Amino acid sequence: MYNHTDFDTAFITARNTQFRAQVERRITGALTEDEFKPLRLMNGLYLQLHAYMLRVAIPYGTLNGAQMHALADISERWDKGYGHFTTRQNIQFNWPKLRDVPDILDALARVGLHAVQTSGNTIRNVTADHFAGAATDEVADPRPVAELIRQWSTDHPEFQFLGRKFKIAVTGSVNDRAVIRAHDIGLRIVERIDQEGYKEQGFEVIIGGGLGRTPILGKVINDFLPRAHLLPYLEATLSVFNLLGRRDNKYKARIKITVMEHGLEYIRSQINQQFDHIRPGFSGIDQALLTEIAQDFALPPLRQATQQPYHTAYDADPLFRSWADTNLTPHRHNDHAIVTISLKAHGATPGDATAAQMRRMGDLAQRYGHNELRISHEQNVILPHVHKSDLPALHAALQKADLATANIGLISDIIACPGMDYCALATARSIPVAQAIAIRFDELKLEHDIGPLKVKISGCINACGHHHLAHIGILGLERAGRETYQITLGGDAGANTAIGARTGPGFGADDILPAIERLITGYLALRQSPQETFLQTCNRLGMAPFKTMLYGAPNQEKAA
Amino acid sequence: MNVIVTDTGFGDDPFAGKAPDLDIMSDIDPGTLAGQLAGLAMIRLTFTGFADGRGFSIARRLRQLGFTGQLRAKGILADQYTMARRAGFDEVEIDEAMAMRQPQDQWLARADWQAHDYQNRLKGTLDHAA
Repeated sequence: MYNHTDFDTAFITARNTQFRAQVERRITGALTEDEFKPLRLMNGLYLQLHAYMLRVAIPYGTLNGAQMHALADISERWDKGYGHFTTRQNIQFNWPKLRDVPDILDALARVGLHAVQTSGNTIRNVTADHFAGAATDEVADPRPVAELIRQWSTDHPEFQFLGRKFKIAVTGSVNDRAVIRAHDIGLRIVERIDQEGYKEQGFEVIIGGGLGRTPILGKVINDFLPRAHLLPYLEATLSVFNLLGRRDNKYKARIKITVMEHGLEYIRSQINQQFDHIRPGFSGIDQALLTEIAQDFALPPLRQATQQPYHTAYDADPLFRSWADTNLTPHRHNDHAIVTISLKAHGATPGDATAAQMRRMGDLAQRYGHNELRISHEQNVILPHVHKSDLPALHAALQKADLATANIGLISDIIACPGMDYCALATARSIPVAQAIAIRFDELKLEHDIGPLKVKISGCINACGHHHLAHIGILGLERAGRETYQITLGGDAGANTAIGARTGPGFGADDILPAIERLITGYLALRQSPQETFLQTCNRLGMAPFKTMLYGAPNQEKAA
Repeated sequence: MNVIVTDTGFGDDPFAGKAPDLDIMSDIDPGTLAGQLAGLAMIRLTFTGFADGRGFSIARRLRQLGFTGQLRAKGILADQYTMARRAGFDEVEIDEAMAMRQPQDQWLARADWQAHDYQNRLKGTLDHAA
């Protein structure tokens, strides 16, 4: 994985020195609160409901064991002994003191981490497929390009005060695991045969996607951008957005609205025009740097050994078998596996990990996983390269840290935003709803029978919990002083990205769990076979039967 | 009297008493200025507020349109000095109250705007105004 160069280290050191001075200048009054706000945000520091929150970048979700240990240390020294992994592959600390934040940033820098541009109206931390470099379906590893974009977007002088935040995601696979169509810019590495008959790599560029109060799937603005054109193309796009995007209404300021208001063709022509102007300013040296960066992401030297311990444990130990069936994904080398560690123990806060758990995961990555971990946008942790013979020992070690929950992709593997338990924007709680669903279906012992199902919960219309893209999405709102939960069905974050449709009126806090249970019971009765997933049943039958499960038969509804 | 900030700190306005050749706000469409920039000695661009980052892209566009004169930013913070210089501004104009609240040392702390410049490193050129 990427090792910070001297250039990166010098940049972060300088940046942290600047931020330390900014905190002091806020205290002396040299900076007003209004002035300080965007400066702290571009260094990852929010003011939340109860306290400051520091969001630390985990670029494209990749980190090593020592970095995981450092996160654990920070959570114990300056926070409450845990951290929260987010849907943008970052980690949030919920209780830091303002005066401690410069020291926290210095501690992060010592292990090559930072909080730069994890917030504010800037280009945010670049996200990528969490199985990058290990997946079987990949054209190319997206992380070198994501790192190149991180460098280009870092402290970019034109784009530190955009009209609104700007999120970029990169994937190298058709099976989109980075939700690229829900980003301001989504990039997919593609291949084509050039005129001389050689394979050429480039990007499909998708623009104007986003969730929030106006969920829109991104549109293809360029179906093949040559690799070497990426940075000038991104710079042209951001420049067009910076000048054209609305600044009169923050809810209409994202590029998805700019594209909607001006039309894709106009935006494309503006980008192309600006691209032609700035392209000559790029000497091409970025491609040499990209080649250097890519070396850091080479596949680690994988071990050859018998898989027998795996088969023995699989046959003998039902707990191991259950975990292996749900939490493993095929690796491109079939004697290895991609391991997903669930941060969704039944009843726990989705995405939270204690300091002890972080250390355990860091240790296990060092011992069994070539010192590499990933954070997924689904708020789990991944060991991308584990030899199958090591899986029984790994599983046993995870069990001891309450990290062996066998539920990946199942109903209790819920994405949930922090909601009103932490967030100043939230209109309802998310975490208790997630906990209640997970506990209930664990009690019913139904979740393996239900099969693949994505439940995602947002505690307000900003949709940090990606509820629009869930098979069952839950949106918490406040109606007349009470928490109300709306349900959407049929969303999909995969290759066939789709935005779910709202079923109808929302449910109160006490009624949401029974409503979900009615949906599940109804699905189990309607599915054609145990192999037909909830989403497939939903797509086959449409909304009507599910509405009946939730609200009763249509004529009854009218009578009421 | 307003203070002019450059890489060497606070100074008097070298154009004292003279109005800028072009006085624009950061909500202008820079495309409308094409063809009007030849021969201008000084343009002052006032940010509608320090958080209105359009000014940085406008500066870039003015340089792109061939403007080679003095480009002055008004209405930004010391913390934005580096961005302004990299985007193509030559200097920043601040009023006396700002000069009191954010004195010279806070601007000089950001005067090393050529250091730690990722974009310059990736472009492989020393031409910041390009």
